[in-house]
Amino acid sequence: MILQFINYVGHTTLQLCQALGSFVLFFYKALLTLVTTKLKLSKTLAQMEHIGIESLAIVILTGTFSGMVLALQSYIGFQRVGGEQFIGSVVALGIIRELGPVLTGLMVAGRASSAIAAELGTMRITEQIDALRTLRIDTFQYLVVPRIVAGTIILPFLTLFAMICGVVGGYMICVYVLGLSPEDYISNIRIYVELSDITGGLIKATFFGLILSWVGTYKGFFTEGGARGVGMATTQSVVTSSICIITSNYFITKLLEKM
Amino acid sequence: MIKLMNLKKKFGDTWITRGVDLDIPDNKMTVIIGRSGEGKSVLLKQIIGLLKPTEGQVIIDGVDITNLSEQEMNLQFKKFGYVFQFAALLDSLNVFENIAITLLEEQKMSPADALPIVKEKLALVNLKEDTLYKYPSELSGGMRKRVGLARTMVTEPKILLYDEPTTGLDPVTSRVIHELMFDMQQKFKMTSVVVSHDVEIFKFADYVALLHEGRILYFGDCKTVWESDNPYIYQFIRGLTEGPIQMEPPHDFGQVQQQE
Repeated sequence: MILQFINYVGHTTLQLCQALGSFVLFFYKALLTLVTTKLKLSKTLAQMEHIGIESLAIVILTGTFSGMVLALQSYIGFQRVGGEQFIGSVVALGIIRELGPVLTGLMVAGRASSAIAAELGTMRITEQIDALRTLRIDTFQYLVVPRIVAGTIILPFLTLFAMICGVVGGYMICVYVLGLSPEDYISNIRIYVELSDITGGLIKATFFGLILSWVGTYKGFFTEGGARGVGMATTQSVVTSSICIITSNYFITKLLEKM
Repeated sequence: MIKLMNLKKKFGDTWITRGVDLDIPDNKMTVIIGRSGEGKSVLLKQIIGLLKPTEGQVIIDGVDITNLSEQEMNLQFKKFGYVFQFAALLDSLNVFENIAITLLEEQKMSPADALPIVKEKLALVNLKEDTLYKYPSELSGGMRKRVGLARTMVTEPKILLYDEPTTGLDPVTSRVIHELMFDMQQKFKMTSVVVSHDVEIFKFADYVALLHEGRILYFGDCKTVWESDNPYIYQFIRGLTEGPIQMEPPHDFGQVQQQE
């Protein structure tokens, strides 16, 4: 019984280490390809459109409603202590520092990371990736690097949209629903929100973009087992990138705090 | 030119090839036949280096390719053309882009310069120019295989590998594909290796090898294969149920691939 348990723990640990090693090596190879070969610009731009422009609608929607609900919840709290004038800064800081980057990361992980995994996974099981290899096309340069670069570059831009929409959403609720003065909302933001808050949020978004595209390409690239395998790769890419985004958010916040 | 020495491949706990020894004659078409799940495609992928054998050697022009680095393997790929079972055309690219991909991406040719070469290869596989800008989803199975063949011919390979070129095609289209393969063979004198179940190909190929239970049990001339008294080849090409070949394949290859 005890031996079985030790065997199980050992086996699971080995598998975990192997998966982690393979994940890191995949990124190392992508990085090496990025440094040593020419970036496929047209493919990168196409991926930026695919990941970015096509995700814009859900990012705007998420950002706006997050700002609106944050304003509403803040109002309930601040009303009790008579600090309604601080709602603007709370909404802006909440959206810019946390909700904007994290929600954008999660939404794009659900939409684009899964799409990347499904596309590459289908290419793998239909031997398209093998075909590229036999045609002497560098599969990392052609398939992996453009997606990772596009995801990393485009997420800060999407986050910026989410930030703006969140602050505007909060403004609409404060001014048109709760009856607060527009000057209070805006002046508070001007006083309490610093440039470092925005750059911090965008640094987080860059990292989240890297995570979701890295996970999506990795899961898709190593898909096996037919249609079921593609389904699993897609699901795993969303779950893994979401968990990575949520956990790394804490550590990046901590790191940015010290800088 | 191609020499397989004691080639063994294991997925998980299952041996797929158990010691394949085969000398593939130069400038001829050799067919490898065997039951489904015998590992014929796995053998073909080991020849081109897409799969590394567990043991043994694949000698191409005197070079053992089993332990080459990725860069060294890229040089070896220049000698090869590989026609995939379901063509493996890139879904997101049209026929022109599929055929021209090596010219555009590897040789950095402009689309205008690549166009005459693509048209020439398209004519070689008897496809009309109006298919140039169609996407793979708009093509029939036979057309896809021909585009796949045209794509490999762009690189003018010395060795051409076909993975079940007529699987899923009707008898007429299969015949067209076989004739096309034969014409190419006559014209370019490549070393061709074909994995197939289809005994009709014996009319067009030069040699036949039977892969059974992970080993080559027969190798001979296609012209005399029907006269052979080797019990394995005798049973297999006539599709007899009685004989040394068992009804059930030695392993479920679908499961084996998942284990990999």
